[in-house]
Amino acid sequence: MEKFVSVESVGQTFDTKNGKFVALRDIDLSIAQGEFVALIGHSGCGKSTLLNLIAGLTAPTAGVLLCDGREIGGPGPERAVVFQNHSLLPWLTCYDNVYLAVERVFGGREGKARLRERTLAALELVGLLPAEQKYPNEISGGMKQRVGIARALSMQPKVLLMDEPFGALDALTRARLQDELMKICAATQATTVMVTHDVDEAVLLADRIVMMTNGPAATIGEILSVDLPRPRNRLELAHEPRYIDCRAAVLEFLYEKQAHPRLAA
Amino acid sequence: MTALSIVAAKPSAVAETPPAACAEMYTDAHPDAHTDAHKEIQREAALEAAIAARAAAAGERRARLRAFLKRALPPLIGFALFIGIWHLATLSASGLPGPLQTWKAAVVLFADPFYQNGPNDQGIGWNVLSSLQRVAIGFGFAALVGIPAGFVLGRFSFMNAMVNPLISLLRPVSPLAWLPIGLLVFKRADPAATWTIFICSIWPMIINTAVGVQRVPQDYLNVARVLALSEWKVVTRILFPAVLPYMLTGIRLSIGTAWLVIVAAEMLTGGVGIGFWVWDEWNNLKVEHIIIAIFVIGIVGLLLEQFLIMLAKRFTYENT
Repeated sequence: MEKFVSVESVGQTFDTKNGKFVALRDIDLSIAQGEFVALIGHSGCGKSTLLNLIAGLTAPTAGVLLCDGREIGGPGPERAVVFQNHSLLPWLTCYDNVYLAVERVFGGREGKARLRERTLAALELVGLLPAEQKYPNEISGGMKQRVGIARALSMQPKVLLMDEPFGALDALTRARLQDELMKICAATQATTVMVTHDVDEAVLLADRIVMMTNGPAATIGEILSVDLPRPRNRLELAHEPRYIDCRAAVLEFLYEKQAHPRLAA
Repeated sequence: MTALSIVAAKPSAVAETPPAACAEMYTDAHPDAHTDAHKEIQREAALEAAIAARAAAAGERRARLRAFLKRALPPLIGFALFIGIWHLATLSASGLPGPLQTWKAAVVLFADPFYQNGPNDQGIGWNVLSSLQRVAIGFGFAALVGIPAGFVLGRFSFMNAMVNPLISLLRPVSPLAWLPIGLLVFKRADPAATWTIFICSIWPMIINTAVGVQRVPQDYLNVARVLALSEWKVVTRILFPAVLPYMLTGIRLSIGTAWLVIVAAEMLTGGVGIGFWVWDEWNNLKVEHIIIAIFVIGIVGLLLEQFLIMLAKRFTYENT
Protein backbone atom coordinates (compact mmCIF):
# COMPACT_ATOMS: atom_id res chain seq x y z
CA MET A 1 0.00 0.00 0.00
CA GLU A 2 1.25 3.43 -0.90
CA LYS A 3 1.70 5.58 2.17
CA PHE A 4 0.30 9.06 1.70
CA VAL A 5 -0.09 10.03 5.33
CA SER A 6 2.05 8.15 7.75
CA VAL A 7 2.10 8.30 11.53
CA GLU A 8 5.22 6.67 12.96
CA SER A 9 5.50 5.69 16.65
CA VAL A 10 3.83 8.93 17.69
CA GLY A 11 3.18 9.74 21.32
CA GLN A 12 1.62 12.81 22.89
CA THR A 13 2.18 13.91 26.46
CA PHE A 14 0.64 17.00 28.00
CA ASP A 15 2.00 18.90 30.97
CA THR A 16 -0.80 19.45 33.44
CA LYS A 17 -0.97 20.75 37.00
CA ASN A 18 -0.94 17.17 38.23
CA GLY A 19 2.21 16.27 36.33
CA LYS A 20 2.56 14.64 32.95
CA PHE A 21 -0.50 13.25 31.21
CA VAL A 22 0.13 10.67 28.51
CA ALA A 23 -2.66 11.06 25.97
CA LEU A 24 -1.34 8.88 23.14
CA ARG A 25 1.46 6.33 22.85
CA ASP A 26 2.94 4.18 20.09
CA ILE A 27 0.60 5.22 17.28
CA ASP A 28 1.54 3.72 13.92
CA LEU A 29 -0.79 4.32 11.03
CA SER A 30 -0.49 4.60 7.26
CA ILE A 31 -3.16 6.08 5.07
CA ALA A 32 -3.25 5.60 1.31
CA GLN A 33 -4.14 8.32 -1.16
CA GLY A 34 -7.89 8.56 -1.65
CA GLU A 35 -8.61 6.43 1.38
CA PHE A 36 -11.33 7.24 3.92
CA VAL A 37 -10.26 6.42 7.46
CA ALA A 38 -12.53 6.72 10.47
CA LEU A 39 -11.10 7.09 13.99
CA ILE A 40 -13.46 5.71 16.58
CA GLY A 41 -13.27 5.25 20.33
CA HIS A 42 -14.84 6.33 23.59
CA SER A 43 -14.60 9.97 24.59
CA GLY A 44 -11.24 10.84 26.07
CA CYS A 45 -9.42 8.23 23.99
CA GLY A 46 -7.38 10.84 22.18
CA LYS A 47 -8.90 10.49 18.72
CA SER A 48 -9.22 14.26 18.37
CA THR A 49 -5.66 14.60 19.66
CA LEU A 50 -4.50 12.32 16.87
CA LEU A 51 -6.44 14.35 14.32
CA ASN A 52 -4.90 17.59 15.63
CA LEU A 53 -1.46 15.98 15.27
CA ILE A 54 -2.15 15.16 11.61
CA ALA A 55 -3.51 18.69 11.14
CA GLY A 56 -0.30 20.02 12.68
CA LEU A 57 -2.22 22.10 15.23
CA THR A 58 -0.19 20.35 17.95
CA ALA A 59 3.28 18.87 17.73
CA PRO A 60 3.91 15.30 18.90
CA THR A 61 6.18 14.72 21.89
CA ALA A 62 7.43 11.50 20.35
CA GLY A 63 7.62 10.07 16.84
CA VAL A 64 7.05 11.71 13.50
CA LEU A 65 4.17 12.40 11.11
CA LEU A 66 4.57 12.57 7.35
CA CYS A 67 2.25 13.78 4.64
CA ASP A 68 3.10 13.19 0.99
CA GLY A 69 6.68 12.38 1.93
CA ARG A 70 7.25 15.50 4.01
CA GLU A 71 7.26 15.95 7.76
CA ILE A 72 4.23 17.71 9.18
CA GLY A 73 5.69 20.76 10.91
CA GLY A 74 2.57 22.82 11.46
CA PRO A 75 -0.94 23.43 10.19
CA GLY A 76 -1.47 24.33 6.56
CA PRO A 77 -4.14 24.47 3.89
CA GLU A 78 -3.00 21.22 2.27
CA ARG A 79 -4.48 19.48 5.34
CA ALA A 80 -7.87 21.17 5.67
CA VAL A 81 -9.83 20.72 8.87
CA VAL A 82 -13.60 20.61 9.29
CA PHE A 83 -14.05 21.54 12.92
CA GLN A 84 -16.50 19.95 15.29
CA ASN A 85 -18.34 23.21 15.90
CA HIS A 86 -18.02 24.46 12.29
CA SER A 87 -15.90 27.48 13.40
CA LEU A 88 -17.28 29.82 10.79
CA LEU A 89 -16.44 33.47 11.35
CA PRO A 90 -19.75 35.03 12.38
CA TRP A 91 -18.94 38.44 10.86
CA LEU A 92 -18.44 37.04 7.37
CA THR A 93 -21.14 35.73 5.03
CA CYS A 94 -21.04 32.10 3.93
CA TYR A 95 -19.48 33.30 0.69
CA ASP A 96 -16.80 35.34 2.46
CA ASN A 97 -16.01 32.50 4.86
CA VAL A 98 -15.21 30.24 1.92
CA TYR A 99 -13.59 33.05 -0.07
CA LEU A 100 -11.13 33.70 2.77
CA ALA A 101 -9.78 30.17 2.29
CA VAL A 102 -9.86 30.27 -1.51
CA GLU A 103 -8.07 33.61 -1.60
CA ARG A 104 -5.35 32.34 0.74
CA VAL A 105 -4.63 29.22 -1.30
CA PHE A 106 -5.15 30.42 -4.88
CA GLY A 107 -4.98 34.23 -4.52
CA GLY A 108 -1.32 34.38 -5.55
CA ARG A 109 -1.85 32.68 -8.89
CA GLU A 110 -5.39 33.38 -10.02
CA GLY A 111 -7.54 36.39 -10.80
CA LYS A 112 -10.54 37.61 -8.82
CA ALA A 113 -13.04 36.10 -11.24
CA ARG A 114 -11.49 32.66 -10.94
CA LEU A 115 -11.43 32.90 -7.14
CA ARG A 116 -15.10 33.80 -7.17
CA GLU A 117 -15.80 30.83 -9.44
CA ARG A 118 -13.99 28.49 -7.04
CA THR A 119 -15.89 29.85 -4.05
CA LEU A 120 -19.25 29.43 -5.74
CA ALA A 121 -18.29 25.95 -6.96
CA ALA A 122 -17.46 24.89 -3.40
CA LEU A 123 -20.77 26.24 -2.11
CA GLU A 124 -22.60 24.52 -4.93
CA LEU A 125 -20.92 21.23 -4.05
CA VAL A 126 -22.60 21.30 -0.63
CA GLY A 127 -25.85 22.69 -2.05
CA LEU A 128 -25.61 26.09 -0.41
CA LEU A 129 -25.54 28.47 -3.37
CA PRO A 130 -28.87 30.03 -2.33
CA ALA A 131 -27.46 30.89 1.11
CA GLU A 132 -24.15 32.39 -0.05
CA GLN A 133 -24.97 35.91 1.16
CA LYS A 134 -26.36 34.77 4.53
CA TYR A 135 -24.46 35.12 7.78
CA PRO A 136 -23.75 32.01 9.86
CA ASN A 137 -26.28 32.94 12.54
CA GLU A 138 -29.01 33.08 9.88
CA ILE A 139 -28.66 29.43 8.81
CA SER A 140 -29.23 26.08 10.52
CA GLY A 141 -26.58 23.95 12.21
CA GLY A 142 -26.49 21.52 9.31
CA MET A 143 -26.01 24.34 6.82
CA LYS A 144 -23.18 25.80 8.90
CA GLN A 145 -21.42 22.47 8.94
CA ARG A 146 -21.84 22.29 5.16
CA VAL A 147 -20.22 25.71 4.79
CA GLY A 148 -17.39 24.38 6.95
CA ILE A 149 -17.02 21.43 4.57
CA ALA A 150 -17.18 23.76 1.56
CA ARG A 151 -14.45 25.92 3.09
CA ALA A 152 -12.23 22.88 3.61
CA LEU A 153 -12.88 21.43 0.15
CA SER A 154 -12.42 24.78 -1.61
CA MET A 155 -8.72 24.68 -0.71
CA GLN A 156 -8.33 21.42 -2.66
CA PRO A 157 -6.49 19.87 0.26
CA LYS A 158 -4.31 16.80 -0.01
CA VAL A 159 -6.02 15.50 3.11
CA LEU A 160 -9.42 16.35 4.52
CA LEU A 161 -9.54 16.10 8.31
CA MET A 162 -12.92 16.04 10.02
CA ASP A 163 -13.40 16.22 13.79
CA GLU A 164 -16.84 14.78 14.58
CA PRO A 165 -18.30 17.01 11.89
CA PHE A 166 -21.85 15.79 12.30
CA GLY A 167 -21.80 15.20 16.05
CA ALA A 168 -23.98 18.17 16.95
CA LEU A 169 -26.64 17.54 14.31
CA ASP A 170 -29.95 15.70 14.50
CA ALA A 171 -30.12 12.19 13.05
CA LEU A 172 -31.94 13.10 9.82
CA THR A 173 -29.65 16.01 8.97
CA ARG A 174 -26.65 13.85 9.81
CA ALA A 175 -27.79 11.11 7.43
CA ARG A 176 -28.28 13.59 4.61
CA LEU A 177 -24.85 15.13 5.15
CA GLN A 178 -23.24 11.68 5.29
CA ASP A 179 -24.76 10.86 1.91
CA GLU A 180 -23.53 14.17 0.52
CA LEU A 181 -20.07 13.60 1.95
CA MET A 182 -19.89 10.16 0.28
CA LYS A 183 -20.76 11.74 -3.07
CA ILE A 184 -18.21 14.53 -2.57
CA CYS A 185 -15.46 12.10 -1.59
CA ALA A 186 -16.26 9.92 -4.59
CA ALA A 187 -16.14 12.94 -6.88
CA THR A 188 -12.98 14.54 -5.46
CA GLN A 189 -11.11 11.35 -4.47
CA ALA A 190 -10.14 13.15 -1.26
CA THR A 191 -8.00 11.40 1.32
CA THR A 192 -10.11 11.75 4.43
CA VAL A 193 -9.63 11.16 8.14
CA MET A 194 -12.77 11.49 10.21
CA VAL A 195 -13.12 11.34 13.98
CA THR A 196 -16.45 9.93 15.04
CA HIS A 197 -18.15 8.14 17.91
CA ASP A 198 -20.97 6.89 15.72
CA VAL A 199 -20.54 3.23 14.72
CA ASP A 200 -22.99 3.40 11.81
CA GLU A 201 -21.30 6.51 10.45
CA ALA A 202 -17.89 4.84 10.61
CA VAL A 203 -19.02 1.68 8.81
CA LEU A 204 -21.04 3.55 6.21
CA LEU A 205 -18.32 6.03 5.25
CA ALA A 206 -14.95 4.48 5.92
CA ASP A 207 -12.62 2.18 3.98
CA ARG A 208 -10.88 1.40 7.24
CA ILE A 209 -11.96 1.94 10.81
CA VAL A 210 -9.20 2.65 13.32
CA MET A 211 -10.42 1.67 16.77
CA MET A 212 -8.66 3.29 19.69
CA THR A 213 -8.24 1.91 23.21
CA ASN A 214 -9.37 3.92 26.19
CA GLY A 215 -7.23 6.73 27.52
CA PRO A 216 -5.04 7.69 29.22
CA ALA A 217 -2.12 6.42 27.16
CA ALA A 218 -4.47 5.41 24.38
CA THR A 219 -3.24 3.67 21.27
CA ILE A 220 -4.67 1.88 18.26
CA GLY A 221 -6.51 -1.24 19.38
CA GLU A 222 -7.68 -2.72 16.10
CA ILE A 223 -8.01 -1.70 12.48
CA LEU A 224 -10.98 -3.00 10.55
CA SER A 225 -11.16 -2.95 6.76
CA VAL A 226 -14.65 -2.26 5.50
CA ASP A 227 -14.63 -3.83 2.04
CA LEU A 228 -18.12 -2.87 1.05
CA PRO A 229 -18.53 -1.81 -2.58
CA ARG A 230 -19.11 1.86 -3.43
CA PRO A 231 -21.32 3.72 -3.99
CA ARG A 232 -22.90 2.65 -0.73
CA ASN A 233 -26.56 3.00 0.03
CA ARG A 234 -27.63 3.06 3.65
CA LEU A 235 -30.92 1.31 2.97
CA GLU A 236 -29.39 -1.57 1.02
CA LEU A 237 -26.57 -1.91 3.53
CA ALA A 238 -28.99 -2.43 6.39
CA HIS A 239 -29.54 -6.02 5.19
CA GLU A 240 -26.06 -6.64 3.86
CA PRO A 241 -24.33 -9.37 5.93
CA ARG A 242 -20.87 -7.84 5.56
CA TYR A 243 -22.17 -4.49 6.82
CA ILE A 244 -23.77 -6.16 9.79
CA ASP A 245 -20.54 -8.06 10.52
CA CYS A 246 -18.44 -4.87 10.43
CA ARG A 247 -20.88 -3.10 12.66
CA ALA A 248 -20.86 -5.99 15.11
CA ALA A 249 -17.06 -6.03 15.13
CA VAL A 250 -16.84 -2.34 16.02
CA LEU A 251 -19.56 -2.63 18.65
CA GLU A 252 -17.82 -5.62 20.16
CA PHE A 253 -14.57 -3.69 20.35
CA LEU A 254 -16.18 -0.64 21.92
CA TYR A 255 -18.53 -2.28 24.37
CA GLU A 256 -16.77 -5.55 25.27
CA LYS A 257 -13.05 -5.11 24.88
CA GLN A 258 -13.02 -1.41 25.79
CA ALA A 259 -16.05 -1.25 28.04
CA HIS A 260 -16.52 1.06 31.04
CA PRO A 261 -14.28 3.96 30.13
CA ARG A 262 -15.83 5.99 32.94
CA LEU A 263 -14.77 3.50 35.61
CA ALA A 264 -11.23 3.51 34.35
CA ALA A 265 -11.09 7.31 34.19
CA MET B 1 -69.74 38.44 24.17
CA THR B 2 -73.10 38.47 25.95
CA ALA B 3 -76.40 39.08 24.17
CA LEU B 4 -76.91 42.20 26.20
CA SER B 5 -73.76 43.86 24.99
CA ILE B 6 -74.58 43.00 21.36
CA VAL B 7 -77.89 44.76 21.70
CA ALA B 8 -76.24 47.70 23.33
CA ALA B 9 -73.58 47.93 20.66
CA LYS B 10 -75.93 47.59 17.69
CA PRO B 11 -77.03 51.18 17.13
CA SER B 12 -73.54 52.60 17.14
CA ALA B 13 -72.32 49.84 14.85
CA VAL B 14 -75.03 50.63 12.34
CA ALA B 15 -74.24 54.28 12.54
CA GLU B 16 -70.56 53.75 11.98
CA THR B 17 -70.71 51.17 9.20
CA PRO B 18 -69.30 52.98 6.17
CA PRO B 19 -71.67 53.48 3.23
CA ALA B 20 -69.62 51.25 0.94
CA ALA B 21 -69.95 48.33 3.29
CA CYS B 22 -73.72 48.87 3.50
CA ALA B 23 -74.05 48.91 -0.27
CA GLU B 24 -72.16 45.68 -0.54
CA MET B 25 -74.42 44.12 2.02
CA TYR B 26 -77.49 44.87 -0.10
CA THR B 27 -76.18 44.07 -3.56
CA ASP B 28 -75.39 40.64 -2.24
CA ALA B 29 -79.08 39.91 -1.72
CA HIS B 30 -80.94 38.04 -4.46
CA PRO B 31 -82.88 40.57 -6.52
CA ASP B 32 -86.03 38.36 -6.89
CA ALA B 33 -86.24 36.90 -3.42
CA HIS B 34 -86.77 40.29 -1.89
CA THR B 35 -88.25 38.91 1.24
CA ASP B 36 -87.65 40.96 4.30
CA ALA B 37 -86.63 37.90 6.25
CA HIS B 38 -83.76 37.19 3.88
CA LYS B 39 -82.52 40.74 4.05
CA GLU B 40 -82.85 40.74 7.78
CA ILE B 41 -80.71 37.60 8.16
CA GLN B 42 -77.98 39.04 5.97
CA ARG B 43 -77.95 42.26 7.82
CA GLU B 44 -77.75 40.46 11.15
CA ALA B 45 -74.72 38.43 9.98
CA ALA B 46 -72.91 41.49 8.66
CA LEU B 47 -73.59 43.38 11.86
CA GLU B 48 -72.31 40.61 14.03
CA ALA B 49 -69.12 40.35 11.99
CA ALA B 50 -68.60 44.10 12.22
CA ILE B 51 -69.16 44.04 15.96
CA ALA B 52 -66.72 41.18 16.45
CA ALA B 53 -64.07 42.96 14.39
CA ARG B 54 -64.57 46.15 16.35
CA ALA B 55 -64.35 44.32 19.61
CA ALA B 56 -61.13 42.62 18.57
CA ALA B 57 -59.63 45.93 17.42
CA ALA B 58 -60.67 47.61 20.63
CA GLY B 59 -59.22 44.76 22.66
CA GLU B 60 -55.93 45.00 20.83
CA ARG B 61 -55.82 48.76 21.28
CA ARG B 62 -56.51 48.36 24.98
CA ALA B 63 -53.73 45.75 25.30
CA ARG B 64 -51.27 48.01 23.54
CA LEU B 65 -52.26 50.94 25.74
CA ARG B 66 -51.81 48.79 28.84
CA ALA B 67 -48.35 47.66 27.69
CA PHE B 68 -47.36 51.26 27.01
CA LEU B 69 -48.60 52.41 30.41
CA LYS B 70 -46.77 49.56 32.07
CA ARG B 71 -43.53 50.75 30.50
CA ALA B 72 -44.02 54.50 30.78
CA LEU B 73 -45.77 54.77 34.10
CA PRO B 74 -42.97 53.85 36.57
CA PRO B 75 -40.44 56.34 35.14
CA LEU B 76 -43.13 59.04 34.97
CA ILE B 77 -44.06 58.43 38.58
CA GLY B 78 -40.38 58.52 39.47
CA PHE B 79 -39.87 61.90 37.82
CA ALA B 80 -43.07 63.28 39.33
CA LEU B 81 -42.00 62.17 42.81
CA PHE B 82 -38.56 63.66 42.31
CA ILE B 83 -39.99 67.00 41.23
CA GLY B 84 -42.48 66.88 44.08
CA ILE B 85 -39.79 66.27 46.70
CA TRP B 86 -37.61 68.92 45.10
CA HIS B 87 -40.52 71.38 45.27
CA LEU B 88 -41.25 70.56 48.93
CA ALA B 89 -37.59 70.75 49.86
CA THR B 90 -37.19 74.21 48.33
CA LEU B 91 -40.43 75.62 49.79
CA SER B 92 -38.87 76.34 53.15
CA ALA B 93 -36.16 78.64 51.80
CA SER B 94 -32.39 77.91 51.85
CA GLY B 95 -32.00 79.84 48.58
CA LEU B 96 -32.26 76.70 46.48
CA PRO B 97 -34.48 77.34 43.44
CA GLY B 98 -37.57 75.17 43.05
CA PRO B 99 -38.64 73.31 39.91
CA LEU B 100 -40.82 76.13 38.62
CA GLN B 101 -38.15 78.77 39.05
CA THR B 102 -35.62 76.50 37.32
CA TRP B 103 -38.03 75.81 34.48
CA LYS B 104 -38.56 79.53 33.88
CA ALA B 105 -34.82 80.12 33.85
CA ALA B 106 -34.36 77.22 31.46
CA VAL B 107 -36.93 78.62 29.04
CA VAL B 108 -35.02 81.90 28.93
CA LEU B 109 -31.69 80.13 28.64
CA PHE B 110 -32.68 77.79 25.84
CA ALA B 111 -34.40 80.55 23.89
CA ASP B 112 -30.91 81.57 22.73
CA PRO B 113 -28.38 78.82 23.43
CA PHE B 114 -25.83 80.09 20.91
CA TYR B 115 -25.23 83.74 21.78
CA GLN B 116 -21.71 85.09 22.13
CA ASN B 117 -20.79 88.08 24.31
CA GLY B 118 -17.05 87.73 24.48
CA PRO B 119 -15.03 84.73 25.66
CA ASN B 120 -16.50 84.54 29.17
CA ASP B 121 -20.17 84.95 28.33
CA GLN B 122 -21.47 82.48 25.79
CA GLY B 123 -24.67 80.52 25.34
CA ILE B 124 -25.07 77.13 26.97
CA GLY B 125 -24.98 75.47 23.54
CA TRP B 126 -21.43 76.75 22.95
CA ASN B 127 -20.39 75.60 26.40
CA VAL B 128 -21.69 72.09 25.85
CA LEU B 129 -20.16 71.92 22.38
CA SER B 130 -16.74 73.05 23.51
CA SER B 131 -16.80 70.49 26.33
CA LEU B 132 -17.76 67.80 23.83
CA GLN B 133 -14.98 68.93 21.55
CA ARG B 134 -12.42 68.61 24.34
CA VAL B 135 -13.73 65.16 25.18
CA ALA B 136 -13.61 64.17 21.52
CA ILE B 137 -10.00 65.30 21.05
CA GLY B 138 -8.72 63.79 24.30
CA PHE B 139 -10.67 60.62 23.71
CA GLY B 140 -9.56 60.42 20.08
CA PHE B 141 -5.90 60.51 21.06
CA ALA B 142 -6.59 57.95 23.79
CA ALA B 143 -8.19 55.63 21.22
CA LEU B 144 -5.30 56.15 18.83
CA VAL B 145 -2.83 55.08 21.50
CA GLY B 146 -4.94 52.78 23.67
CA ILE B 147 -6.45 50.43 21.08
CA PRO B 148 -3.17 49.44 19.40
CA ALA B 149 -1.58 49.18 22.86
CA GLY B 150 -4.40 46.89 23.92
CA PHE B 151 -3.83 44.69 20.86
CA VAL B 152 -0.14 44.42 21.65
CA LEU B 153 -0.76 43.61 25.32
CA GLY B 154 -3.40 41.05 24.42
CA ARG B 155 -1.30 39.32 21.78
CA PHE B 156 2.06 39.20 23.58
CA SER B 157 1.96 37.96 27.15
CA PHE B 158 5.46 39.28 27.81
CA MET B 159 4.35 42.83 27.08
CA ASN B 160 1.27 42.25 29.18
CA ALA B 161 3.35 41.09 32.15
CA MET B 162 5.62 44.07 31.66
CA VAL B 163 3.00 46.81 31.48
CA ASN B 164 0.20 45.40 33.59
CA PRO B 165 1.62 46.38 37.01
CA LEU B 166 2.15 49.91 35.74
CA ILE B 167 -1.45 50.14 34.52
CA SER B 168 -2.72 48.74 37.82
CA LEU B 169 -0.74 51.42 39.64
CA LEU B 170 -1.81 54.38 37.49
CA ARG B 171 -5.43 53.47 36.80
CA PRO B 172 -6.86 54.24 40.25
CA VAL B 173 -5.31 57.74 40.24
CA SER B 174 -7.85 60.50 39.81
CA PRO B 175 -7.33 62.03 36.38
CA LEU B 176 -7.33 65.48 37.96
CA ALA B 177 -4.03 64.64 39.63
CA TRP B 178 -2.57 64.68 36.10
CA LEU B 179 -3.83 68.18 35.41
CA PRO B 180 -0.79 70.03 36.86
CA ILE B 181 1.50 67.81 34.77
CA GLY B 182 -0.49 68.83 31.71
CA LEU B 183 -0.31 72.51 32.66
CA LEU B 184 3.43 72.22 33.15
CA VAL B 185 4.05 70.45 29.84
CA PHE B 186 1.59 72.33 27.61
CA LYS B 187 1.81 75.74 29.35
CA ARG B 188 -1.86 76.42 28.50
CA ALA B 189 -5.12 75.46 30.15
CA ASP B 190 -6.95 74.07 27.14
CA PRO B 191 -4.53 71.30 26.13
CA ALA B 192 -4.11 70.48 29.82
CA ALA B 193 -7.82 69.71 30.10
CA THR B 194 -7.62 67.61 26.94
CA TRP B 195 -4.62 65.81 28.40
CA THR B 196 -6.64 64.97 31.51
CA ILE B 197 -9.36 63.47 29.31
CA PHE B 198 -6.72 61.50 27.44
CA ILE B 199 -5.34 60.01 30.64
CA CYS B 200 -8.71 58.99 32.04
CA SER B 201 -9.93 57.57 28.70
CA ILE B 202 -6.93 55.46 27.91
CA TRP B 203 -7.11 52.86 30.71
CA PRO B 204 -10.50 51.30 29.97
CA MET B 205 -9.58 51.22 26.28
CA ILE B 206 -6.26 49.43 26.80
CA ILE B 207 -7.66 46.98 29.32
CA ASN B 208 -10.82 46.06 27.41
CA THR B 209 -9.04 45.70 24.10
CA ALA B 210 -6.39 43.48 25.69
CA VAL B 211 -9.03 41.30 27.37
CA GLY B 212 -10.91 41.07 24.06
CA VAL B 213 -7.78 39.93 22.24
CA GLN B 214 -7.08 37.34 24.92
CA ARG B 215 -10.64 36.02 24.69
CA VAL B 216 -10.75 35.52 20.92
CA PRO B 217 -12.08 31.94 20.68
CA GLN B 218 -9.34 29.39 20.04
CA ASP B 219 -11.51 27.97 17.25
CA TYR B 220 -11.12 31.12 15.18
CA LEU B 221 -7.37 31.14 15.74
CA ASN B 222 -7.22 27.48 14.71
CA VAL B 223 -9.02 28.41 11.49
CA ALA B 224 -6.40 31.08 10.94
CA ARG B 225 -3.64 28.54 11.54
CA VAL B 226 -5.10 25.90 9.24
CA LEU B 227 -5.59 28.47 6.50
CA ALA B 228 -2.10 29.80 7.30
CA LEU B 229 -3.41 33.36 7.07
CA SER B 230 -0.93 36.23 7.06
CA GLU B 231 -0.63 38.26 10.27
CA TRP B 232 -2.36 41.16 8.47
CA LYS B 233 -5.34 38.95 7.53
CA VAL B 234 -5.44 37.53 11.05
CA VAL B 235 -5.70 41.04 12.47
CA THR B 236 -8.22 42.40 9.96
CA ARG B 237 -10.40 39.33 9.41
CA ILE B 238 -10.30 37.60 12.77
CA LEU B 239 -8.86 39.61 15.64
CA PHE B 240 -10.40 43.00 14.88
CA PRO B 241 -14.00 41.81 14.35
CA ALA B 242 -13.75 39.46 17.34
CA VAL B 243 -12.38 42.19 19.60
CA LEU B 244 -14.68 44.97 18.38
CA PRO B 245 -17.44 44.34 20.96
CA TYR B 246 -14.88 44.47 23.80
CA MET B 247 -13.34 47.58 22.30
CA LEU B 248 -16.73 49.27 22.16
CA THR B 249 -17.27 48.46 25.83
CA GLY B 250 -13.94 50.11 26.53
CA ILE B 251 -14.95 53.12 24.47
CA ARG B 252 -18.25 53.37 26.33
CA LEU B 253 -16.54 53.29 29.72
CA SER B 254 -13.93 55.79 28.51
CA ILE B 255 -16.45 58.28 27.23
CA GLY B 256 -18.49 57.92 30.42
CA THR B 257 -15.45 58.70 32.55
CA ALA B 258 -14.31 61.46 30.22
CA TRP B 259 -17.67 63.17 30.48
CA LEU B 260 -17.47 62.92 34.29
CA VAL B 261 -13.96 64.32 34.37
CA ILE B 262 -14.37 67.16 31.88
CA VAL B 263 -16.68 69.09 34.23
CA ALA B 264 -14.15 69.00 37.03
CA ALA B 265 -11.22 69.74 34.72
CA GLU B 266 -12.94 72.77 33.21
CA MET B 267 -13.80 74.12 36.64
CA LEU B 268 -10.07 74.22 37.28
CA THR B 269 -8.88 75.45 33.91
CA GLY B 270 -11.60 77.94 32.98
CA GLY B 271 -12.31 79.17 29.45
CA VAL B 272 -15.40 77.90 27.69
CA GLY B 273 -17.16 74.68 28.64
CA ILE B 274 -19.99 73.33 30.68
CA GLY B 275 -17.76 72.79 33.73
CA PHE B 276 -16.44 76.31 33.57
CA TRP B 277 -20.00 77.58 33.07
CA VAL B 278 -21.17 75.83 36.25
CA TRP B 279 -18.39 77.50 38.19
CA ASP B 280 -19.09 80.86 36.55
CA GLU B 281 -22.78 80.69 37.42
CA TRP B 282 -21.82 79.81 40.98
CA ASN B 283 -19.76 82.99 41.10
CA ASN B 284 -22.76 84.87 39.68
CA LEU B 285 -24.93 83.09 42.28
CA LYS B 286 -27.34 81.91 39.58
CA VAL B 287 -28.11 78.63 41.29
CA GLU B 288 -30.96 77.74 38.95
CA HIS B 289 -28.46 77.76 36.08
CA ILE B 290 -26.31 75.28 37.98
CA ILE B 291 -29.28 72.98 38.34
CA ILE B 292 -30.00 73.33 34.62
CA ALA B 293 -26.37 72.52 33.91
CA ILE B 294 -26.67 69.38 36.04
CA PHE B 295 -29.61 68.24 33.92
CA VAL B 296 -27.85 69.12 30.68
CA ILE B 297 -24.71 67.22 31.70
CA GLY B 298 -26.87 64.24 32.64
CA ILE B 299 -28.80 64.28 29.38
CA VAL B 300 -25.69 64.63 27.21
CA GLY B 301 -24.00 61.78 29.12
CA LEU B 302 -27.10 59.63 28.68
CA LEU B 303 -27.23 60.33 24.94
CA LEU B 304 -23.53 59.48 24.52
CA GLU B 305 -24.02 56.23 26.39
CA GLN B 306 -27.14 55.24 24.42
CA PHE B 307 -25.45 56.01 21.13
CA LEU B 308 -22.49 53.80 22.01
CA ILE B 309 -24.74 50.99 23.22
CA MET B 310 -26.53 51.17 19.88
CA LEU B 311 -23.21 51.03 18.08
CA ALA B 312 -22.09 48.07 20.18
CA LYS B 313 -25.29 46.17 19.38
CA ARG B 314 -24.67 46.67 15.70
CA PHE B 315 -21.23 45.08 15.93
CA THR B 316 -21.93 42.24 18.31
CA TYR B 317 -22.08 38.89 16.57
CA GLU B 318 -23.89 35.91 17.95
CA ASN B 319 -21.28 33.35 18.63
CA THR B 320 -23.19 30.33 17.38
